[in-house]
Amino acid sequence: MTLYLPIAELSVNWLVIVGLGALVGFLSGMFGVGGGFLTTPLLIFYGIPPAVAVASSATQITGASVSGALAYWRRGGVDLKMGAVLVAGGFVGAGLGSVLFAWLQQLGQIDITINLVYVLLLGTVGGLMLRESVLTMRRTAKGAKPARLHAHNPLIAALPWKTRFYKSGIYISPLAPFLLGAIVGLLTVSLGVGGGFIMVPAMIYLLGMSTSSVLGTSLFQIIFVTAATTLLHSVDSHTVDIILAGLLLIGGVIGAQLGVRAAQRVSPVRLRLGLALILLGVAGRLAIGLALRPAELFSVFGPA
Amino acid sequence: MIRALILVLALIAGTPAAAVAPVRLITDISQNRIDIIYTFKGAELLVFGAIQYPRGAVPDERPGLAIVVRGPAQPITLRKKARVAGIWINTDSVHFETAPGFYAVATSAPIKSLVDERTASIWEIGLDYLQLSPTSDDTAQVAAFTRGLVDLRRRSGLWSEQEGRIGITENVLYQARIAIPSAVPVGAYTAEIYLIRHGKVIARAATPITIDKSGFERWVYVAAQKNGLLYGLVAVVLALLAGWIAGLVVRRN
Repeated sequence: MTLYLPIAELSVNWLVIVGLGALVGFLSGMFGVGGGFLTTPLLIFYGIPPAVAVASSATQITGASVSGALAYWRRGGVDLKMGAVLVAGGFVGAGLGSVLFAWLQQLGQIDITINLVYVLLLGTVGGLMLRESVLTMRRTAKGAKPARLHAHNPLIAALPWKTRFYKSGIYISPLAPFLLGAIVGLLTVSLGVGGGFIMVPAMIYLLGMSTSSVLGTSLFQIIFVTAATTLLHSVDSHTVDIILAGLLLIGGVIGAQLGVRAAQRVSPVRLRLGLALILLGVAGRLAIGLALRPAELFSVFGPA
Repeated sequence: MIRALILVLALIAGTPAAAVAPVRLITDISQNRIDIIYTFKGAELLVFGAIQYPRGAVPDERPGLAIVVRGPAQPITLRKKARVAGIWINTDSVHFETAPGFYAVATSAPIKSLVDERTASIWEIGLDYLQLSPTSDDTAQVAAFTRGLVDLRRRSGLWSEQEGRIGITENVLYQARIAIPSAVPVGAYTAEIYLIRHGKVIARAATPITIDKSGFERWVYVAAQKNGLLYGLVAVVLALLAGWIAGLVVRRN
């Protein structure tokens, strides 16, 4: 059952890794998110070096997003123009992110930064999602019609060079999605996440995109940016473990199918509530970890 | 006693004593090469050999022996967490120029009773006597960090100390088992055997060991190190293919 990982340089129980991939795949199939925000912390918890966990998780997300993106593509659910802007932003963000990552690594503050950003992001997104799903459930219980999803943000509306994104049904400055893509790219490189869990809400609530093209376009961005991330990590830090990513993918593919089936039996609002609770749970667990006295006060850095 | 003294003097002078041939250590190892392949989950080295006494005169007293297996020295930075504004973050750090990636010592008796402090420091016998070359002048801090490093590496199995764990037969044959964990760094290792009398090393022998990745694991590792871009491209293509095939299978069902 043990398998030696050539880049992580330790042996693991491959069933545990496949199982971990399946668990994350199940959640991603069920909730329509990539699940990188779970893969990376779980791998680190299992003992994989953080840098290897982040890089290999990005590679796994590329593979996990393909079938979904193709399915949306066939249904015409990908806004290519919007996708291109998001990808361009993502590349810039990924490039900046890898510089920032190396700098923080040198300072020895990479782990704490990763944890803090996770707590902030997961806490915020989870909290917003919880609020939204609880409000919607209350309204439906009262028989009122659901709240309007499309929001008009004055800050975004003030940005110059407005252009029309036909498929998304919006007329906005490309700077807004470019910036969004850049932030997500930064997170992909440093945290090993696809970033769907912030991109999707931002596309709906901030950009006001029509929901039909949101998921497809977000997956389109994720494929390109995670692929670029794999390349960056391969060239810079040699931390992509192909075997680890492969094991995660095998589990992920199986888990995703089960997740999609499970999701069909639950109403979307309950799914969002479930996802919100998971996000808050992970954030809470990480926050406790930051505040408690760690089991190991010392940690070794290097050799590069 | 006098004979031993002559022997020590002869060894220190580095000239073979004409009257008394020196004690020799004959040593061998179960594996001179450890290949890390996909099933690697650690290994156990058997270091064994014999003490060749001059004219076959085996003494009555049990010989003192120390076996040290060490891996390549690495420069590392050790960081310590402290509480800042309610959360634990890395604050202080000490850099060690030459921390061995692997170090295991087995001895025939407790180290303190086997060697004197000077000898232990010269030959680095025992975890307390490793020459880690810290680059800090604060001795109290270096001492605390050294303790932290030893503790950390001990629990990961990368550093170990097995006092009194050398098996000795008839005061001539010796053997010790050294456990190598799976997270061991690759590189050139040595197994050093020291024969010790009255706190001093009177004979030593060394054998090289190579620990390296082999087969597919090595191929992957070398590709990742030497051709990062190509390796990354292959990883991306493989991931895309896997995802695409998975999609096809699902659509058919």
